[in-house]
Amino acid sequence: MNPIVVQHISKQYKSVEALKDISFEVKAGELFGLIGPDGAGKTTLFRVLTTLLLADTGKAFVNGRDVVKDYKLIRREVGYMPGRFSLYQDLTVEENLKFFATIFNTSIKENYDLIRDIYVQIEPFKKRPAGKLSGGMKQKLALCCALVHKPEVLFLDEPTTGVDPVSRKEFWEMLQRLKSKGIAILVSTPYMDEANLCDQVALMQNGQLLQINTPKGVVDSFAQPMWAIRADNMYQLISTARAFEDTQSCYAFGDSLHITLTNGTAQEEALATYLKEKNPGLTMERIQPGIEDCFMYLMKN
Amino acid sequence: MEAAYAITTDGLTKKFGDFIATNNITFQVKKGEIFGFLGANGAGKTTAMRMLCGLLKPSSGKATVAGYDVYTQTESIKLNIGYMSQRFSLYEDLTVSENIRFYGGIYGLTRSAIKTATAELLAKLALEKEAKSLVGSLPLGWKQKLSFSIAIIHNPAIVFLDEPTGGVDPITRRQFWDLIYEAAHAGVTVFVTTHYMDEAEYCDRVSIMVDGKIKALDTPAALKTTFGAATMNDVFLKLAREANQ
Amino acid sequence: MKQFLQFLKKEFYHIFRDRRTLLILFGMPIVQIILFGFAITNEIHEAKFAVLDQSNDYYSTRLLQRFDHSAYFHRVKNLQSPNEIAKTFEEGDVKIVIVIPPQFGKTFFHERKSTIQLLADATDPNTATTLENYASSIINQYQKDITKEEKLPLTISTDYRLQYNPALKSVYMFVPGVMTLILMLVSAMMTSIAITREKELGTMEILLVSPLKPGLIIVGKVVPYIMLAFINAIIILVMGVFIFDMPIKGNLFLLLAECGLFVLTALSIGILISSITESQQTAMMISMVGLMMPTMLLSGFVFPIESMPLPLQIIANILPAKWFIIILKTIMLKGGGLMDVWKPTVILLGMTLVLQVISIRKFKIRLS
Repeated sequence: MNPIVVQHISKQYKSVEALKDISFEVKAGELFGLIGPDGAGKTTLFRVLTTLLLADTGKAFVNGRDVVKDYKLIRREVGYMPGRFSLYQDLTVEENLKFFATIFNTSIKENYDLIRDIYVQIEPFKKRPAGKLSGGMKQKLALCCALVHKPEVLFLDEPTTGVDPVSRKEFWEMLQRLKSKGIAILVSTPYMDEANLCDQVALMQNGQLLQINTPKGVVDSFAQPMWAIRADNMYQLISTARAFEDTQSCYAFGDSLHITLTNGTAQEEALATYLKEKNPGLTMERIQPGIEDCFMYLMKN
Repeated sequence: MEAAYAITTDGLTKKFGDFIATNNITFQVKKGEIFGFLGANGAGKTTAMRMLCGLLKPSSGKATVAGYDVYTQTESIKLNIGYMSQRFSLYEDLTVSENIRFYGGIYGLTRSAIKTATAELLAKLALEKEAKSLVGSLPLGWKQKLSFSIAIIHNPAIVFLDEPTGGVDPITRRQFWDLIYEAAHAGVTVFVTTHYMDEAEYCDRVSIMVDGKIKALDTPAALKTTFGAATMNDVFLKLAREANQ
Repeated sequence: MKQFLQFLKKEFYHIFRDRRTLLILFGMPIVQIILFGFAITNEIHEAKFAVLDQSNDYYSTRLLQRFDHSAYFHRVKNLQSPNEIAKTFEEGDVKIVIVIPPQFGKTFFHERKSTIQLLADATDPNTATTLENYASSIINQYQKDITKEEKLPLTISTDYRLQYNPALKSVYMFVPGVMTLILMLVSAMMTSIAITREKELGTMEILLVSPLKPGLIIVGKVVPYIMLAFINAIIILVMGVFIFDMPIKGNLFLLLAECGLFVLTALSIGILISSITESQQTAMMISMVGLMMPTMLLSGFVFPIESMPLPLQIIANILPAKWFIIILKTIMLKGGGLMDVWKPTVILLGMTLVLQVISIRKFKIRLS
């Protein structure tokens, strides 16, 4: 059995359906990304899998164990990093790590090789209270704490939220190394660009999984032709492009707009002529859509 | 010449004991510009922003916001700016229209002005049906848009946005930027921090702060050329990596 | 065991690194004792008194001179008639009025005894009692001195009346009261806050997901506060005994054991509060309103239970504080042994057991 198996999990809070019939599996040594905005149900799903919440219906297995019946065993075998880096702010880096090592019946030394790469980066600050660390440092410390007992499955709930791009990049590099040690990793993120770094991604919205696929598979499944357009005055360009009668969607992406048309490529020429008239400096090129384009497309349908 | 700028700083510095949070920064923000203020965590963005909003007294250097001095005219500054952050948005236990009324009241709008502003704002966000709903019951994306609209309800000269789009879905994020564009088009100067590098591209000019100093300031296109990078993300990573070595 | 010790260590780090907690833990008992102690029962200097001397003879003048020479009293007024007494009190400055009957000296020698009336303003009962004690001792001394001089057995009896508050309680009330309050505060409020803080921080999630047994988490959070509450109890007792001459007539070990029992009762309440609240703020509010206020107002600490309306008297019965104060008073002031306090002890034990069963059943191994 795969390290994480989720079968038709649903969960309701009062009138809100937090999870609707969720099913997926994560293999050993796989980095599985749960991509979706706040409120999509990512945290609820994590809590079900880490035995903190009971699902209303459906089954889930972590490391081959039932999340309801065998919760005690699961709690020994998984590493969990909840959102907002749950650390003791008034304890130093070293004290936090030591504490979490001890409650998992282990010591920092025992599994040092697993956390070494990460720990050396925060070691210079080991006497500093966790509350006084920068976001990136807190994140690294929280990861160390989640890894200190050498878990077989790692749950990371939004580990990169609110962290700057440099720390984010470093964090994903660390995950790649952990993956190579055979740990199954389930990670959630609101950042679409991080989806490309996962082996498998599940796009999540309003408690539902819109699609489970490899990042490449997600992009390939997007059948619509797409163009990137640019002009001197972008604000003007947005309003004119949206006013075009065959425009299906038009959103800003970095320094250009991504546009799709209702009937594929049929109106490509018409669009170009229409836009050129009103927008000096217009450039238009056919592009390969990214994960974010796909997600937005799936969200709307 | 002075009047062409919404914000000017000259050698603005803030020290906390031995620690220099903001080190001698100098820049100008033009009126009606969308100015992206980027930097890693702890690079001094928040400190700089607080000084400009009149919440923190600088240790040295000069700065004016909307023509007012940050040392002596903080009250005037506060009347002429709007502020929105990811953390602080709205009172969750008040309804949408109560929130609007409250913030309108704070900025001294008259009853009738608040009434028209409320109607306009609700129409623009298509929130008419939710006017009597508690803000806490709205989805995050709606809250953020509402929060932004309320931040500019008193027609400020400048609006400061501190990571306004964190955790929001990609479509709402775009819609949020549509609002920013619209405000800028109407002449409001926008000063925004963000962690989404693609959003940096939407700005007219961006500055990148590393360790309390401004390491780069230009249009996104010019920065990409200077650093030989394809995206703003690469520019940012290059700068931050340089600083670490 | 190692897990548990590490847990305790962490708990102590939290306590000792948080100045506010420390201040509440150790500052509160000291400040409260000092406030209650000195503000209410401190020795009185230069208390203002008035005199209605209806005899105005040699002996009455000599007696009043003694009052004038005393450091405790300061004469501000000589009254002419009993009608003025009420007015004098209403003005508020005068704390005690000494009324000497007509022909004091004469009755004294002919009948070998006389009566002096002391009227004290008992709106502040503790001051009134103290003043009454001082005044009586001055009069007694005078009586002894005269007896010696005249070689005759003479008696002056003081007829003393407390105005406005006839049901005066003991001065020693405050030490047991403060002790009860502090133990309740430290044990119930601090533990409930400490546990909900972990929930707020999100660390409770990690603790639950760890192999730590949920029971161990609770015990680990509670043990430091048992120790601290005990230290506090000892501080209060030491201060009571050495600064305020509070007697401990009964067995000290029995007293400490009873303190231990009350700490457990309060802790059980604290755990119960933390299991039904999610934030530190709510936990604090519930502890304040639900525990501190009743403890202050209904346990007999500030207001005597006997003078409360019947419904409040009934409510007072379910407060552990009421029973603990009874135990404390019986052991400390009356020198009672276990046989004298078995009833309230059994009641406290029962409450503790019931509360613990409820909180154990309420404690969740999951988040909802």
